[in-house]
Amino acid sequence: MEILVILVPLALALGLAGLAAFLWSLKSGQYEDLEGAAWRAIADDDPPQKAQVKH
Amino acid sequence: MQMTRDFSHYVRAAGHGLQHIDLAVEGVHCAGCMAKIERGLSAIPDVTLARVNLTDRRVALEWKQGTLDPGRFIDRLEELGYKAYPYETESAEAAEVAQSRFLLRCLGVAAFATMNVMMLSIPVWSGNVSDMLPEQRDFFHWLSALIALPAAAYAGQPFFRSAWRALSAKTTNMDVPISIGVILALGMSVVETVHHAEHAYFDAAIMLLTFLLVGRFLDQNMRRRTRAVAGNLAALKAETAVKFIGPDEISQVPVAAIHPGDIVLLRPGERCAVDGTVIEGRSEIDQSLITGETLYATAGQGMPVYAGSMNISGTLRVRVSAASEATLLAEIARLLDNALQARSRYMRLADRASRLYAPVVHATALFTIIGWVIAGASWHDAIVTGVAVLIITCPCALGLAIPTVQTVASGAMFKSGVLLNSGDAIERMAEADHVIFDKTGTLTLPDLELVNAADIPADIFELAGRLALSSHHPVAAAVAQASGATSPIIGAVEQAGLGVRAMVDGIELRLGRPSFCDAEALIGAGGNLEAEASVVAFSKGSQKFILSVRQGLRPDARAVIAALKARNVGIEILSGDREPAVEAAAQALDIAEWRAGVTPADKIARIEELSRRGAKVLMVGDGMNDAPSLAAAHVSMSPISAAHLSQSTADLVFLGKPLAPVVAAIDFSRKALHLMRQNLWLAIGYNVLAVPIAISGVVTPLIAAAAMSGSSILVMLNSLRARGASQEIA
Repeated sequence: MEILVILVPLALALGLAGLAAFLWSLKSGQYEDLEGAAWRAIADDDPPQKAQVKH
Repeated sequence: MQMTRDFSHYVRAAGHGLQHIDLAVEGVHCAGCMAKIERGLSAIPDVTLARVNLTDRRVALEWKQGTLDPGRFIDRLEELGYKAYPYETESAEAAEVAQSRFLLRCLGVAAFATMNVMMLSIPVWSGNVSDMLPEQRDFFHWLSALIALPAAAYAGQPFFRSAWRALSAKTTNMDVPISIGVILALGMSVVETVHHAEHAYFDAAIMLLTFLLVGRFLDQNMRRRTRAVAGNLAALKAETAVKFIGPDEISQVPVAAIHPGDIVLLRPGERCAVDGTVIEGRSEIDQSLITGETLYATAGQGMPVYAGSMNISGTLRVRVSAASEATLLAEIARLLDNALQARSRYMRLADRASRLYAPVVHATALFTIIGWVIAGASWHDAIVTGVAVLIITCPCALGLAIPTVQTVASGAMFKSGVLLNSGDAIERMAEADHVIFDKTGTLTLPDLELVNAADIPADIFELAGRLALSSHHPVAAAVAQASGATSPIIGAVEQAGLGVRAMVDGIELRLGRPSFCDAEALIGAGGNLEAEASVVAFSKGSQKFILSVRQGLRPDARAVIAALKARNVGIEILSGDREPAVEAAAQALDIAEWRAGVTPADKIARIEELSRRGAKVLMVGDGMNDAPSLAAAHVSMSPISAAHLSQSTADLVFLGKPLAPVVAAIDFSRKALHLMRQNLWLAIGYNVLAVPIAISGVVTPLIAAAAMSGSSILVMLNSLRARGASQEIA
């Protein structure tokens, strides 16, 4: 059971990392255009994106 | 005069020496369009960013400061086959976007907490039936508290705030029982954990928030999408005005950049985008969008012109009185105010449900506590059971019952070309049992069409069409369009207020007023000319012809009226136009009830009369004169071509030429209301089953969690049925 001392914080840390990643992706505008993002993934040749959209 | 285009109003500085503009684009549907536009715009030198947003149908552009005129982007998009226009985010839309992001953040936090608390709960549940030590269980409970308490404090904000607002106003809404339930469940769980108890409800409380936030987010997203589309449509109308920036220097500027006191130029064939007073010039103006009257009015010095009127024959200089804010005919403004004040606060289905729900649930919980105490249980056990009742009654199915249906139904309506302006429009639309149509611009299309093309010899018709290309007059435009002519006659001269003439092979051609073509004798002799048509004459030397032009009915108007009758809906026409015109439309559509020459006040009186008889009136209208009655009706709809004021007053807006969306909206909303009620009954039925279990005190956190997710998923799946409701109307 001592293993819990390592495993529980580790599990929580991973969860928090996921949450942080989600909040970051939301902030950087990745949820602004879900339809377009779906198509971009399968587009033949992406036109060069020169900059990130800033909002 | 020199004419320039000026879009500086829309350009923002983006930092690093870059400038930014957002364009609304029409006709972007797929990945192909997206790549084509991005490639096409990136090819312009000095453009640093061209990114299409396929969801909102917009393009964001950035370029090096001072190197480009934004007009170039619009021209480039036009070459690629897309209509575009600069777009400015309205404060209403910006607020919706911010709110929807906030909800998504809350949802992320709540979902993270739910998953991690569940991860700790499952060992506790399985450990309770095997060999878990009390210390280990307490440790897991404390960990759950550590995750759930801050997460609930953050993610519960939307509910806590709204509940607080309701309580401050001494009312109750759905968020009050939700907040009480969540706070009590968390508080009790902490107390239980301190006392080394076997059960804690952290998982149930945070899961409840997650499910409810899903419902909230869907609801919010529906509103946001509607706003985005409406914003695009408004932008693509490209409302510009030609403003004098010097004694004889003019510039085309967006209406947003026009201020009272500016002088604008109004040329023939242009729609006026501002309210103002004529200071120079004479012309006929078409005010059908203001009054429903299809005959042209004359405008001269000192007369007011209103946004939305079409200038027909002469050039006018107009001093702007209040741009982009409708300074209306005083009477309409007054009536509209009254109608908006009298608009009885409609009780939404959700609020009505929560009015019943909250007292019943809280009373049940209270009686449970009292009952157990009387039965000899300890206070502590009685309170634990009481809180279990609050948790198991699960407002989450109720909280999801209505937003999920609204989301699915509004998505389906969206596909049939209907936009929702207000959240409870669906419920009110479903109740409508009597439809009042305005005629001009609602049953008919705003554009004119030629009635008697068949009576004109083909070669003459073609000549008339080519000659018509040289005129700005809307009637001439209708002639040109009907003939399909593309090459104007060289050397054609327009005589303002009379017509156009040209010489071809030594014969003079004239198109215009019958007097201008010396063809008055033909009027009435034709016999088949319809009452409400405008007449224009064409002469080739001594050959003379009469062309008659009128506003055509929407292509499917007949079928729509028949479909409405089949749905047992009463139908009538109330129009500000003259009697012959209204009568002809009513006969063509087989509508028995109609009134002509109706003032805005009459329309309201008629709606009130119907309401007193218990009818739920749906008003469909587009003119400025319809705005008060749109507000007075139980529910209202207007076409996208409507006057600004009417569009913002109406509950629903429909796009395109057909009238079919009216029927689609009724069908979808009836189906949706049916499903909302069904969902509420599902939620209530579930509670009837679950509450006795809770009262008897055998609810464990495991049962609560399973029951909660079960009922929520059931309600969501049922909502998906709102998608297929409307039959195609031929």
